[in-house]
Amino acid sequence: MTTLPIESQKTAQIRFTLNGEETDVSFAPYKTLLEVLREDLGHTGTKHGCELGECGACAVLLDGKPVLSCLVLALECGGKQVLTVEGLGEDGHLHPLQDAFADLGAAQCGYCTPAILVTAKALLDHNPHPSRDQIREAISGNLCRCTGYLQIFEAVESAMLKIADQKSSVT
Amino acid sequence: MPNEKDSRKMPVDAPKASGDELRVIGVPRRRVDARAKVTGQTRFADDIFLPRMAYCKLLRSPHPHARIRKIDTSRAAVHPGVYLVLAGKDLPIQYGILPVSQDEQALCVDRVRHVGDPVAAVIAREELTAFEALDLIEVEYEILTTISDPEEALATPEPRIHEYGEEGNIHKMVALEFGNVEEGFAEADEIFEDTFFFQGNTHLPIEQHASVAIKDPDGKLTIWSSTQTPHYLHRALAKVLEMPAAHIRVIATPNGGGFGGKSDPFNHEIVVAKAALLLDRPVKICLTREEVFYCHRGRHPVLMKFKTGVKKDGAITGMHLQTLIDGGAYGSYGVASTFYAGALQTTTYHIPRYRYQGCRTFTNKPPCGPKRGHGTPQPRFGQEVQLDKIAEKLKIDPADLRLRIVESSNAVTANFFRLGTVNLAECIRRIVKVSDWKEKFRKLPEGRGVGLACSAYLTGAGLPIYWNKMPHSGVQLKFDRSGGVSLFCGATEIGQGSDDVLAGIVAEVLGIDTFDIRLFTGDTDLGPVDLGSYSSRVTLMAGNAALQAAERGKAIIADAVAEKLEVPKERLRFADKRVFDSAAPEKGVTFQEAVCLAESRFGTIGTVGSYTPPKSPALYKGGGVGPSPTYSYSAAVVEVEVNPITGWVTVPKIWIAHDIGRALNPTLARGQVEGGVYMGLGEALMEEQEFRRLPKKLSHALVHKFPSILEYKSPTSLDMPEVFTELIEEPDPQGPFGAKEVGQGPLLPIMPAVANAVYDAVGVRIDEIPVTPEKIMKALAEKKAGREPRYGPTHFPHVNWPTALRVPPPWEGGDGNAVNDVPRREKPRQEKEKVLAP
Amino acid sequence: MMRLPLFEFRAPQTLEEAARILDGERANAMPLAGGTDLLPNMKRRQQVPRTLMSLRHIQSLNDIKLSDSGLRLGACLTLSDIAADPRFRNGLTALAQAASLVATPQIRNMATLGGNICLDTRCNYYDQSYEWRKAINFCLKKDGTTCWVAPGSSKCMAVSSTDTGPSLMALGARVRLVSLSGEREVLLSNLYNNDGIDYIKRRPDEILAEVLLDSLHGWKSTYWKLRRRGSFDFPVLSVAAAARLSKDNVVEDARIVVGAAACRPLAATNAARSLLGRPLNQQAIEEAAAFAARIAKPLDNTDFDMTWRKRVTAEFVTYALRELRGDDVRAERESFTRCAFE
Repeated sequence: MTTLPIESQKTAQIRFTLNGEETDVSFAPYKTLLEVLREDLGHTGTKHGCELGECGACAVLLDGKPVLSCLVLALECGGKQVLTVEGLGEDGHLHPLQDAFADLGAAQCGYCTPAILVTAKALLDHNPHPSRDQIREAISGNLCRCTGYLQIFEAVESAMLKIADQKSSVT
Repeated sequence: MPNEKDSRKMPVDAPKASGDELRVIGVPRRRVDARAKVTGQTRFADDIFLPRMAYCKLLRSPHPHARIRKIDTSRAAVHPGVYLVLAGKDLPIQYGILPVSQDEQALCVDRVRHVGDPVAAVIAREELTAFEALDLIEVEYEILTTISDPEEALATPEPRIHEYGEEGNIHKMVALEFGNVEEGFAEADEIFEDTFFFQGNTHLPIEQHASVAIKDPDGKLTIWSSTQTPHYLHRALAKVLEMPAAHIRVIATPNGGGFGGKSDPFNHEIVVAKAALLLDRPVKICLTREEVFYCHRGRHPVLMKFKTGVKKDGAITGMHLQTLIDGGAYGSYGVASTFYAGALQTTTYHIPRYRYQGCRTFTNKPPCGPKRGHGTPQPRFGQEVQLDKIAEKLKIDPADLRLRIVESSNAVTANFFRLGTVNLAECIRRIVKVSDWKEKFRKLPEGRGVGLACSAYLTGAGLPIYWNKMPHSGVQLKFDRSGGVSLFCGATEIGQGSDDVLAGIVAEVLGIDTFDIRLFTGDTDLGPVDLGSYSSRVTLMAGNAALQAAERGKAIIADAVAEKLEVPKERLRFADKRVFDSAAPEKGVTFQEAVCLAESRFGTIGTVGSYTPPKSPALYKGGGVGPSPTYSYSAAVVEVEVNPITGWVTVPKIWIAHDIGRALNPTLARGQVEGGVYMGLGEALMEEQEFRRLPKKLSHALVHKFPSILEYKSPTSLDMPEVFTELIEEPDPQGPFGAKEVGQGPLLPIMPAVANAVYDAVGVRIDEIPVTPEKIMKALAEKKAGREPRYGPTHFPHVNWPTALRVPPPWEGGDGNAVNDVPRREKPRQEKEKVLAP
Repeated sequence: MMRLPLFEFRAPQTLEEAARILDGERANAMPLAGGTDLLPNMKRRQQVPRTLMSLRHIQSLNDIKLSDSGLRLGACLTLSDIAADPRFRNGLTALAQAASLVATPQIRNMATLGGNICLDTRCNYYDQSYEWRKAINFCLKKDGTTCWVAPGSSKCMAVSSTDTGPSLMALGARVRLVSLSGEREVLLSNLYNNDGIDYIKRRPDEILAEVLLDSLHGWKSTYWKLRRRGSFDFPVLSVAAAARLSKDNVVEDARIVVGAAACRPLAATNAARSLLGRPLNQQAIEEAAAFAARIAKPLDNTDFDMTWRKRVTAEFVTYALRELRGDDVRAERESFTRCAFE
């Protein structure tokens, strides 16, 4: 029997909250959150375009804040809350941002989309009525090569109005 | 079944252009694949994980040009966790996208031609293991003289980077003359001569190329890959792996951006296929960002010289264009690129006489190829900037000048391209109006300016990449008793919305919803061939094939329903998921009932459609590059603010009008325009594929200056200006529902419009792309010193051009053939399917 | 996908424990804070520490202590924390601006103040993958013998690319370095060396724990950053300026620092001195700008042409001083940063 190479050995373990569910995972300790999400937990919605923090495609929310999962050690995520695109929808419904992105052409190839969606969600959670400039600033760490960003701005604005509507109809 | 060959004609009962009859086409709507994309469920190639899957990494050459003396893989092969090591001898058969340049090998056998050329592959249990084992492979190289640019290539015939091509390190030369250009210059009131340089740049899709290959349970091969051209990959795999193509299945996964960068068959695709067959386990590769820069196939750096004669009123009397093209280390699409660099000059304005000389050289850099606009943005930049200079000299407003000379619909150009609808004039008029051009041009305060430029682009290449008489695109439809329709087509979704185009057309014809259609695309086993997502061909070609298949299905269903309802079938209407009597709409059946009626009457219902472009009148040799069923047109105005001390440029707003024929889904069409504007602006201001040569005394290195997504500058959301987009819709008879392309054309006017705007703002000409603050500041210094206020190339080197093929234009009685016979130069013929001895 | 090399991981809960770990491991261990500089470097094999010691579990490193006499900032405060804090204005504006202009929003949520101060020097020949560096036979800073920026140089010419460093220098900041053998306070301007390799005087066994600022009451400060795009990019030139002005705009005290133009942030001492006792009029500003531009010696190892970067130095000093004087230069700032600073 051949010995398992050390890089294959899943000697690290953490428990954290992934998209609202308590999750245990074992993984090789050199792995970043990005690798563990995609390779050890099958959550491939989070993408990667450089793995060096230079494109923004791997953004997830860590305790509610957008971070780059390619530069977060999975070892550092024990006890944390992680939200990925897989956890955006609720009760079988798309998040208003997802609906708006789908309806308004904000996703072309769709590769940068998951990271932009969670980043935009953090923006709206924190600031329910951002200006166009604030939206531009919030997603300035997410490169998109397809859209030229304008339909993304519009989709965030449309979702913002829809969320505000939902809130006012609830209260 | 109707006649298969009659694929070009629109069915007589095709919906007409009047918009109000259409329920799906022309209506902004959620694209069919949108939900998958916004939920992260779109499965890109690297999202595929299979049991027992191994990872592949490639060892790449650290030398720009070297002979491989020896490769020793033994230490890597026994490294714990390594399953397999491959080297050049394992995959020696040459391949390449074009039949005339089969010059690549999956792993270099005896020669490396650029830093990043792969020489060996390690397949291991973990990607980290594969990466670390690369260092255990020992390669002995013999360093060869390195060529870094075309002028050096012209001056250095030996050593040859390839043993084929024109001569020395010249890969391809083109010389074509349409009418006597010297006579044209003799008639001119003014002659303009300008040289321009357009730096190379790259696609930078956010998704890095990835592939997963498996040996199927039955022993065949399946590969999932981020490719824009599954059909061409299919052919290359069959050739290199020496397998029957029928035993290979290529599945093009949705591409996370393509822009032309995933249009060649790539070495990594072939390597994982071979490894999967040998190991009988899934093998994956996902390139790093740096490796994507080594795949490249991006915009060629081009040095250009334009000589143009004009009358006082602006009419062009003749044009002579010379290009010197930096091809990089392999052929790729380069022969086509060389023709394209001189092809479309004639499609925007009337040019009665035209001469083109193009020369592509090999250099020891990653190969250039097709990027959005393939070969045409560079000369378009030169032409449109020169036109701005001409307008100034002639004291004509540049918009008015262009309006005087625009080509007309259905014209045949000097080089025998038959144009379709041409609404360039309308594009110009619209942007002039909405941008307040007349109030701004030459009237804004110092430091602010506006520039205008135009362009045209193909709606699909008229010829396939390899010679054949088969359709360019095919669609099969299966009509289910459930009322669902399944669509099968080889077309490849790269983000542009090709799936939505197909679904939209079929839904419109059958009166159903796009959600009722299940799509099976980009799979060589399931769908009929579509040549790929390149040359802006999918909407028109796959679209027409889908239209034909849908019309045929509709006809069969209509027969059955007409019989049942006892209504003449001409009166039947398909809409709102019903088939009904248009004279008495309440009389009808549901679409599902209609399919069941048809199946009961005729048996299982399935139809096919296919499309072959019309024959081009360009019969001369080389006339195969440039013809298209129809062309799109764009006009743009760019406004800039230029800091008169530092040259720092800000672009606050861009106005663009695009002649699209018809927008099948206006939301997506606008997205294509804005995406093109975005990419064009990146090229105009900051994107560069730059290389660095270290001091020759100390090093032979010639490296990509910084192959990273950080230092290759792609504009961010903060760098993107406001864009006003207008779609000009006059349905073109060639396109499905009148649609023309929109994926590439809108990029093209941006670069020249930026340069023209900078001139309007601060009075300096930047005849080079990108237009950077450094160049502006240098030109401002020239201006201040009283010299020519300009930054750009000052000479075009001597090229030993071949005798031009002379083709009289239509108005001189030409029939599309050349009138002279140019003897081929003496040169060693490339062996077509050369197999190197191991 | 680029992968990290293998490493041992330590996550001490207290500063003392951390100091003990570093004392044992010395140069084999590296402190990990935000990870946005170190982890990419590890993926490119520029740095391959045997042990990574996380600082994120040490609560005291996240403190902000504001008093009349000054300010103490924990080294693990994120750049977002600093950029967003409305208390960091007027005298502290330069720090908030610098923090807000680092990289991208996501990176600012991760990257820390201490990490940015200690940011590894950068160079086009160094910030490359292992394979790329192999193609140039490596460079002086890592695994090679030649500085390719200046092949005759015996010194590495990698560029100081920290944004907060120059701004904090202009604010007269000190840092507190803690090790097992004790702690020391160092004036930030003394922390940096003008050497691309040995660019910082923090010893491998020391932890940069706090940034200390004396009260900046009466001061105004500003930070100007040059880069190609509105986000992502490291500075290729920056100017931080701080001044205490009398009511009639006479300069009572001033500091000007030029960043990203050498291996360390450069204090433009002559420029600052030339302003003392003078009103901030055009002549004074022009003279100071000329002095500051003289010390900027950018080399060809970042984005943009080096002569152009040098030329912009004078412009940026001019903008910065005009801003301190009270001129409205928001349009100029926005044209360079592509966004407004709120």
